[in-house]
Amino acid sequence: MAESHITTHAGLAHHFDDIEQQREAGTLGMWAFLVTEVMFFGGLFLAYILYRSKYPVEFAVASNSLNVTMGFINTLVLICSSLTMALAVYCSQIGKRRPLIVFLLLTMALGTTFLVIKGVEYHEKFVEHHIPVRFPTYEFKWEGHATEGVPVHGESSASVDSGRIEMFFFIYFAMTGVHALHMIIGLGILTTLVLMARRGRFTPEYHSPVELSGLYWHFVDIVWIFLFPLLYLVGAHLH
Amino acid sequence: METVAEITPPRTHYLNATYGVKSWLLTTDHKRIALLYLASVTFFFFLGGLFAAGIRIELLTPQGDFVQAETYNRMFTMHGVVMIFLFLIPAIPAVLGNFLVPLMIGARDLAFPRINLLSWYIYTVGALFAVLAILFGGVDTGWTFYTPYSSTYSNGNVILTGLGVFVVGFSSILTGLNFIVTIHTMRAPGLTWFRLPLFIWAHYATSLIMILGTPVIAVTILLLALERLAHVGIFDPALGGDPVLFQHLFWFYSHPAVYIMVLPAMGVISELIANMSRKRIFGYKFVAFASLAIAAFGFLVWGHHMFVSTQSVYAGMVFSFLSYAVAIPSAVKVFNWTATLYKGSISYDTPMLYAFGFIGFFIIGGMTGLFLAALGVDVHVHDTYFVVAHFHYIMVGGTIMGYLGGLHYWWPKITGRLYSEAWARFAALVIFVGFNLTFFPQFLLGYMGMPRRYYAYPPEFQVLNVMSSAGASILGVGYLIPVIYLIWSMRYGPHAPANPWGAAGLEWRTSSPPPTLNFEQVPVVTWEAYEFGDPSENAESRMENRG
Ligand SMILES: [Cu+2]
Repeated sequence: MAESHITTHAGLAHHFDDIEQQREAGTLGMWAFLVTEVMFFGGLFLAYILYRSKYPVEFAVASNSLNVTMGFINTLVLICSSLTMALAVYCSQIGKRRPLIVFLLLTMALGTTFLVIKGVEYHEKFVEHHIPVRFPTYEFKWEGHATEGVPVHGESSASVDSGRIEMFFFIYFAMTGVHALHMIIGLGILTTLVLMARRGRFTPEYHSPVELSGLYWHFVDIVWIFLFPLLYLVGAHLH
Repeated sequence: METVAEITPPRTHYLNATYGVKSWLLTTDHKRIALLYLASVTFFFFLGGLFAAGIRIELLTPQGDFVQAETYNRMFTMHGVVMIFLFLIPAIPAVLGNFLVPLMIGARDLAFPRINLLSWYIYTVGALFAVLAILFGGVDTGWTFYTPYSSTYSNGNVILTGLGVFVVGFSSILTGLNFIVTIHTMRAPGLTWFRLPLFIWAHYATSLIMILGTPVIAVTILLLALERLAHVGIFDPALGGDPVLFQHLFWFYSHPAVYIMVLPAMGVISELIANMSRKRIFGYKFVAFASLAIAAFGFLVWGHHMFVSTQSVYAGMVFSFLSYAVAIPSAVKVFNWTATLYKGSISYDTPMLYAFGFIGFFIIGGMTGLFLAALGVDVHVHDTYFVVAHFHYIMVGGTIMGYLGGLHYWWPKITGRLYSEAWARFAALVIFVGFNLTFFPQFLLGYMGMPRRYYAYPPEFQVLNVMSSAGASILGVGYLIPVIYLIWSMRYGPHAPANPWGAAGLEWRTSSPPPTLNFEQVPVVTWEAYEFGDPSENAESRMENRG
């Protein structure tokens, strides 16, 4: 019988020989998926690099209007969430169910904090008319605040072109928006993990869902680690 | 014990293991998912063909009399979008690859069966967006969606079509991911990398392109849609954007996408040539690594689409050189296939006819590709019918020959039935003649200066255009014949033995059609690929029970 090889382990799918093969497949699959993510974000980074080198003044000026404090707090929040995620993975490896759930919930709380702060920032931008759209009811506007009289590489702020500023915000919203979407998906995954953990689905032999979700979570954090300096700190030397 | 060579169909197999619509729509069996894909891509092939028919009717006469110019633009765009994204890209990997990768490596299924099913649903949803776009009047940008026309000026359904392409891309990514993981982790005991069939190597290389390239087109289309929605430019020069950035991002995927189409076809051809001439493929490792080399080089040549798009001369020279370089692994394959034939015991059954057709088309399409890779010549024939003829020979001729050759070769395995060999040979011949008659005149038209994408042309081009349209009708008939006899064979064809071709390869060592978990006993591989040693040596002596 073809089924005879199947061990009784609940987490083993029918088409794998053993739990080890399944774990290996899952890990490779997640890494390959993260490679596709790198390529996806890569397109956005390319657009950023191209226009930043084309319009350095506007990018510095626009970047300067972002809320660095909030961005910095969010960076700390995400680094902490990576720690709690790593601890959750560790707990799943040694089979500690209660701490596993606690760390997963902590990670979710930090992820939610990030999104709330991001939301406050987006709201700020909305009020300031810095969302790069041209609708009859709402239009992007640039009043040139935070740039008064500050020379950038010898050029005066008078030469700032609002269309190029808009380009910065376009890229800013595209990058942080796609990143936030990944955070939301991550929160969905973590919710599933908490439910699975409560039903006692993870054992020291079978915990790869936690491990793989951890990889995903760390990846999303790392993307932010790149986004923060590229988007927020470019204008820092204006001060 | 029952011998595998007997022509009694197995009592239960993957087709009759469960019944009902639900058992198909919720299946996780890679073989059933392959058949779902087969139905989908066949539908879209003929839908794309309808648009081609419209184009060829319009081009019968020099004046624009069949349709309006605007309608013509929409027809060639929808022809390209449907054929490329909904047929050519998924055709061989999602149908034949899905069916065969686990069988060829002795696995029970792909590594992620549910993701495999999900990829079909994603494909279906994306295809629905494209169909909706067609129903709402289509799109007129050309399948390349060049900005700023697509982002600012076009009044077609750019976003809906783009959404379709975006979504379908994820089904392609998931298929590639599944193949890579399956090939790495689920090979049968003893099946080392260099014992793998070349079909597997080709699909591995294809999968690499799928997961590395497809996300880039996804993000490009996302930016295009955002730009169109918000009326803010990152590609529109009027708003400070750079339209050439779009071209770079677009071709970074879309050139390698040509290899997503043709590499799997090359994998099929390697199987056909070796098995139908009963010889080990000449230079196995060269052919295997040529697939990887084509995938790798394929990512470095996208600039040959921008020789006249303000790209610097030096970039043009580098891209020109690298485009020539891709010809090397491609030629290695052709030489090795022909060398395999030497002193082989060649069968001229239908699959082999398609293999010969592939080599012919591939040589013509490949050689004219070298013309286009040359900086000076490309300026002359850029955006003419020369380009149209070239990429149809490679992408369409090559891929369809591989697809149909493979479909005929594995049809007995897929359905457990044999088709009519006489009709099949006849159809292969009709397709070969029809294809050449359709597209060879287009080389001449292009060389004489007829630009692509125009619905009217000077009268001196009419003779060649009429020839092309005549070829297209022959081609259309040629494509319809297999639909009829293949469907007929599913019900009335004689039962197929487990290995009707006397071929090597694990997929022939299980019943036709295979059981749901593919093998009664998991094979242990102790032999090389395409080992046609002593034919009396029975497969059974090599089969061992792993469990
Ligand atoms: Cu190309």
